[in-house]
Amino acid sequence: MKRDIGFLRYLIPVVVFAAALVLWEWRVHASGISPLVLATPSDIWTALFEHWDVLGPALLFTLKITAEAFVLATVAGVAIAVLFSLSRVIEWALYPFAVVLQVTPVVAIAPLLLIWIGYDNVNEVLVVLAWIISFFTVLSNTVTGLKSADHNLTDLMKLYGASRLQILWRLQLPSALPYILTGMKISGGLALIGAVTAEFVAGSGNDLGLGWVITLSTRNLDTAQAFAALALLSVLGIAILFALTGLEWALLHRWHESAVKKQS
Amino acid sequence: MTTRDGDAFAGHDSVFYCVNMSLLTLSGISKKFDNGTQAIARLDLDVADGEFLSLVGPSGCGKSTALRIIAGLLTPETGMVTFAEPKPPIGFVFQEPTLMPWATALSNARLPLDLNGHHRGEANDRAARALARVGLAGFEKAYPRELSGGMKMRVSIARAIAAEPKLLLMDEPFAALDELTRQALNDDLLKLKREDALTVIFVTHSVYESTYLSSRVVVMTPRPGRVAADLALNPPAERDESYRLSPQFTGDAGRVSVALKSAMAAA
Repeated sequence: MKRDIGFLRYLIPVVVFAAALVLWEWRVHASGISPLVLATPSDIWTALFEHWDVLGPALLFTLKITAEAFVLATVAGVAIAVLFSLSRVIEWALYPFAVVLQVTPVVAIAPLLLIWIGYDNVNEVLVVLAWIISFFTVLSNTVTGLKSADHNLTDLMKLYGASRLQILWRLQLPSALPYILTGMKISGGLALIGAVTAEFVAGSGNDLGLGWVITLSTRNLDTAQAFAALALLSVLGIAILFALTGLEWALLHRWHESAVKKQS
Repeated sequence: MTTRDGDAFAGHDSVFYCVNMSLLTLSGISKKFDNGTQAIARLDLDVADGEFLSLVGPSGCGKSTALRIIAGLLTPETGMVTFAEPKPPIGFVFQEPTLMPWATALSNARLPLDLNGHHRGEANDRAARALARVGLAGFEKAYPRELSGGMKMRVSIARAIAAEPKLLLMDEPFAALDELTRQALNDDLLKLKREDALTVIFVTHSVYESTYLSSRVVVMTPRPGRVAADLALNPPAERDESYRLSPQFTGDAGRVSVALKSAMAAA
């Protein structure tokens, strides 16, 4: 019985998804909705290949902005959290800035960033906007993780004469690792959202990202191409999530309860 | 008053002749926590070199607090802890195994050596030897989650002895284990103590455990803790199951039990 359940685990979502596509295709044809309003899955599939010369480079460009923002968010988030854990004064002084960055709608900052960084450096503006959206989750998760180290182990290390840095490196960072990885998983998705919305508000420079493709396609009433770009964004988001889940498994499966397979 | 090994005191003749055998002395220790709890009222205690001393008392009587003050992890409100010179290296074992879950048994046992900057090879050898001494040879590469509660506690003890301490502080280390595992660990602990000439201060709730292990049992009053009774026991060096059934053991356990009850009643 157990083997059957494992098999269904993958079969059910695939079947339901395929059924939804069929239903979608049939419903659009049956009701005569204009293809300018809602494209069918087959139209989207065709558009994907017909406009690949636009969509392919746009996908790569969005991936590049997302990756840069994500790496910056991870590095800055962990580094600033470590700084906070080393000095409470720094935490008290700087945490409000991080919160302000987090709660301010990124749309509202975009015009200012364009002025400061320059209209000829739109790519940098996009990275900064995507970074602002994605970095706080890494920061706050890492801060929590660094504080979650076992107090008795901290005491034990002090008893054995450990330095502040030894406690950080040998105890706090490994304790924080599951939290950091959770932060990174959320941050990866947010970086993609950031990269796309940044293009909506800051426009595009010489390069064209998927966000700008969607904007242009809808302006031109090329609904199928807009949906194709949307589909690519979904695939990209899923790929990012899978990659980060894989990283999490690789780093945690030997020891952390969340990644350990239950014995049955 | 007696003399002791003079090497450590070379050049200090005046000290050489007037040092007694106590390894550490607690004088006038009191501790009040920030939340207002007075954990220890006044604690005076002289711990001799090579003693196995159990601190027994009801929950919250300040036993663990006293242990942490000795280890230097807490600062007393008043009073002081004086150690023999040179200050003995200390090992500490908590009630929980307190292992790093991301590290193997070997890496866990190696922790104090790593922190003190020992060479990796030498540290590995010593940690592996410590694991073997607590019966965990072959489990060097196991992660804590792959080990039973008793085995985790053995890793914790291996970590404490890997650094070759002279004073071992143990805070109810076997309280969460089943009775048979607990008895096996009691015997192993006595063996380690004998082989390494350790001084052990052992916090426990259990009258029987303290009687089996100790050469001295200090009974504390309920909070705020003071010494209610200080009982010298004289168990045989080699102890086994038959000792648990001997008149001496039952008599000693009775004395500890009576002292504990009267400490509770007096409070």
